[in-house]
Amino acid sequence: MEELTFTPEIKPPSTKKDPKRWLKDNLFSNWYNTLLTLLAIVLLYFLFKGVYTWVFTQAKWEVIPPNLRKLSVGKFPKDQLWRVGQVIYVLAVLMGLSAGIWKGLNQQITSAVACVGAVIALLPIQVNTSLREAAIIATTLIAVSYVLGRDLQNLKRWVIIGWVLMFPWMMFMLHGFGENSISTILWGGLLLTLILAVVGIVACFPIGILLALGRRSQLPAIRWISIAYIEVVRGMPLVTILFMGSLMLPIFMPGDFRPDKVIRAMIVLTLFSAAYMAENVRGGLQAVPRGQYEAAQAVGLAYPQTMTFIVLPQALRSVIPTIVGQFIALFKDTSLVSIIALTEVLGTADEILGDPKWTGYQPELYVFIAVIYFIFTFAMSHVSQIVEAELGVGKH
Amino acid sequence: MLQNPTKPPFWRDVRFLKVLFQVLFLLGVAAMAGFFYANMMSGLRDQGHPLSLSFLRNEAGFEITDGIDFNASDTNLKAFWVGVVNTLRVSILGVFCATVLGFIFGVARLSTNWLIRSIAAIYVEIFRNVPLLLQILFWYALTRSLPRIQESITIADTFFLNVRGFYLPTIAGNAGLSVWLWYLLWGVVSAIIVVLCFAAFRHLSRSSGLEQTDRPSFASNIIFGTKWIAAPVFMTVAIAGWFLSPGQPFEIIVPELQGFNFVGGINLTPEFLGLLVGLTVYTSAYIAEVVRGGIQAVVKGQREAARAVGLTEAQVLLSVVIPQAIPIIVPPLTSQYLNLAKNSSLAIAIGFLDVFHVAQRMMVPTGQTIPLFGMIMVTYLIMSLTTSVFMNWYNRHITRFER
Amino acid sequence: MTENVTTENVTNDPIIVCEDVHKWFDDFHVLKGITTSFKKGEKAVICGPSGSGKSTFIRTINRLEEHQRGTIIVDGIELTNDLRNINLIRQEVGMVFQQFNLFPHLSNIKNITLGPMKVRKLSKRQAEEDALALLERMGIADQAYKYPSEVSGGQQQRVAIARALAMEPKIMLFDEPTSALDPEMISEVLDVMRELAHSGMTMLVVTHEMGFAREVADRVMFFDEGVVVEEAAPADFFDNPQHDRTKLFISQTLQH
Repeated sequence: MEELTFTPEIKPPSTKKDPKRWLKDNLFSNWYNTLLTLLAIVLLYFLFKGVYTWVFTQAKWEVIPPNLRKLSVGKFPKDQLWRVGQVIYVLAVLMGLSAGIWKGLNQQITSAVACVGAVIALLPIQVNTSLREAAIIATTLIAVSYVLGRDLQNLKRWVIIGWVLMFPWMMFMLHGFGENSISTILWGGLLLTLILAVVGIVACFPIGILLALGRRSQLPAIRWISIAYIEVVRGMPLVTILFMGSLMLPIFMPGDFRPDKVIRAMIVLTLFSAAYMAENVRGGLQAVPRGQYEAAQAVGLAYPQTMTFIVLPQALRSVIPTIVGQFIALFKDTSLVSIIALTEVLGTADEILGDPKWTGYQPELYVFIAVIYFIFTFAMSHVSQIVEAELGVGKH
Repeated sequence: MLQNPTKPPFWRDVRFLKVLFQVLFLLGVAAMAGFFYANMMSGLRDQGHPLSLSFLRNEAGFEITDGIDFNASDTNLKAFWVGVVNTLRVSILGVFCATVLGFIFGVARLSTNWLIRSIAAIYVEIFRNVPLLLQILFWYALTRSLPRIQESITIADTFFLNVRGFYLPTIAGNAGLSVWLWYLLWGVVSAIIVVLCFAAFRHLSRSSGLEQTDRPSFASNIIFGTKWIAAPVFMTVAIAGWFLSPGQPFEIIVPELQGFNFVGGINLTPEFLGLLVGLTVYTSAYIAEVVRGGIQAVVKGQREAARAVGLTEAQVLLSVVIPQAIPIIVPPLTSQYLNLAKNSSLAIAIGFLDVFHVAQRMMVPTGQTIPLFGMIMVTYLIMSLTTSVFMNWYNRHITRFER
Repeated sequence: MTENVTTENVTNDPIIVCEDVHKWFDDFHVLKGITTSFKKGEKAVICGPSGSGKSTFIRTINRLEEHQRGTIIVDGIELTNDLRNINLIRQEVGMVFQQFNLFPHLSNIKNITLGPMKVRKLSKRQAEEDALALLERMGIADQAYKYPSEVSGGQQQRVAIARALAMEPKIMLFDEPTSALDPEMISEVLDVMRELAHSGMTMLVVTHEMGFAREVADRVMFFDEGVVVEEAAPADFFDNPQHDRTKLFISQTLQH
């Protein structure tokens, strides 16, 4: 046995990739891969050349800077912009604190947001000073509250309450009251896009859950009406429903009830996404084993208690990634409200293009907006992948 | 000792409570519907537009350049029908193109070639993460910058692309067609006769030497015969007929520039093209993900087993992996098709007259908003119901196939 | 060896009375007229081949399954469609499942306190005190703040027993409590059940653990094809079975 200890240690063959080997494995492994690679290189060359010349020599980017404020907040009065600032700063503090307290996923999301803030703050192009200022303050707030949050574990409960109150507070803050109140019609740009998406997903939650429970109910009347609602809404395109909202809602409501078009769009988006939410939640409900219902019954819990304390927490937890996906889809779908003349980002762009000074700037504006959308949705889908991974690992 | 020997009071009886609960729920729904109905009736009275479908017989008063021939003096009903056909046209073509592109990019995402893999990934990420409406507007804006009609981009002087759209040749039958169709019929008949004779002959001649159980059945002889004899017979008759019929059965009509426009052939308008390209590219990105997911779900061992048999990479993909991935791919694929059909309603943003846009055009002049929305709803529901009926049939078929 | 340790707890008052209980799953007749009664403090072991209706039978007793004919009276309350009676009975009857059915999103102690807090309206402090005492009794007080997925199967089943006991039931139903456990964990669960039996609890146990039946049961019932084929004290049941089917079953079970 003694000689075993003297056996020279044999290292495994090096798995380190040397560049030559990597090239051979990944680009030139056989004749048709080599051909494909060469073709792709030629294609990419022309593509890059085209894009490069357009972006750096032909595109007339001068349309962006003077319209940047419009694209971000629409016609929100300039002297009332501090309201938007307030919302952003409180959001920044909450995010920083959550990241500090819970670490993990919160930390990753927050640092991504902070990076965006930092990029805006350091953007080399000329942006108006208030935006740069807001980005600097927000980024600093995130950093400071993150550091604080690490030491203030007992703030947990308050941060959660803060998040819950965030939504009504945001609406209140943006709208104001009395003489100084800002009509929702003045909300616009990216601000309106985000508000519509958030309102849609938050407000559809309770309705979606009720519909999902209704669809799984043992009582036929409730089941069939839930199914009819869900399937009809899901079978129709969003544009048609938006038009129905703007043309038919006034017909169906009593004469004196005339919500403005932003509120109408919010109602429609909520009712629309509720049907999709219901299907997502139903998926989660189906994943909860029968034994859970039985155990809850055996302990003596009634139906509402069984749902609230046992079934829904498990069902919702398992569909978080799907719900993030739905939010992304809704975020993209908010662009459709521009068709019913709302001025979210795309609608604002149409408005700008209507100005004789900026006609013919379609490609530049569309590409700019596409990049904004891309950054948001790409970041969110990345987050949802992380969420999925985390849920898979720390499964309770 | 017994608290309730038999029947409980009805207000605690679960069965009664269930019925009561449903009745209350239905009453609530009915009350809400009644409320809306009352508001609607009073609103309509104020507007002076009583509900009626008679507007469908009136003149439409607007032109539709896409699809079926239509002019402003045709009825609203015909306009609606043209809209339905336009929706179907763009959806079906879109589904076809998106499927082809989607499969290419889906397979490319799994390529062993790093460059190809990356290009496919970037394609998918870009086109999935930008709103479809924006993409459609972008492609439509791009058609505005196509060359003028005199400077059309052309392929072999048969396909033309310019600011008025895409012109492509069409096929029309002429006098020789009916003769050739007779030849085709003869081809079918003679092929059937030949196969039956062959099968009978083979059946009889083989039966003597073999055991009862080893004898190839009559049916299997027919299948064998169809493959090796009927097809050649039919092809021979068909080809001979092509040359024997007076004049060519078909002629190809190539679009020609006459004055300021092209005449003949098919014209796809810029609106149609913008919508089609937008829908195709956007949906193909999703289909690529569906295809990739389906292929990856096919057990890895299956691939290895096939490779061990000695098939090449491409053969493995085509004959082993894809056939098994298809059942996994089809359900999400169908829902992408439905999404594409629904998304075609974005036509309204660029002025293409699909079913929704046509109906919306009629709303203001006729004032019949509610019946028109009803018709739109029915049209889309028919589309989604047909699809889900097909899906159910397919799922049953597939599960039977697998057992 | 077969002397019954719990006889002193058994009274003469019947706590569960079943008369001609029938149950169908669609066309399949699962229970074909079960008539029996259980006395307060009695421990009954129910055995039989799978599909014999034994699980369904004990599930009708707390109305997880609804019987379609006959009467079941539990502690003087008849099981009917009366909402109040169903709720009352669920509180009097605790149940332990084969697959534990713990709530995976709640810690072990929260699994136990949920029922007392929401149904019996105990204060959180009181419920947690009780729960810790129960876990102590189960010998797993140190696992209180872990999640079900973080403890072993045997421990999970003991948490499940504690969860049922926290509702202070008069009757405990066990549906194959050890069938999903690894062999080395079976005894820790059986120990707990034995202790419970000594405390005088009325217990209906569906199980294949014949050793446990011999030692603890007052009566063994043998189910087959929806009827009670034979019921007797364990000594008679194992050593002197009357029916052929029972003999066959015992010989097959004891071989293992």
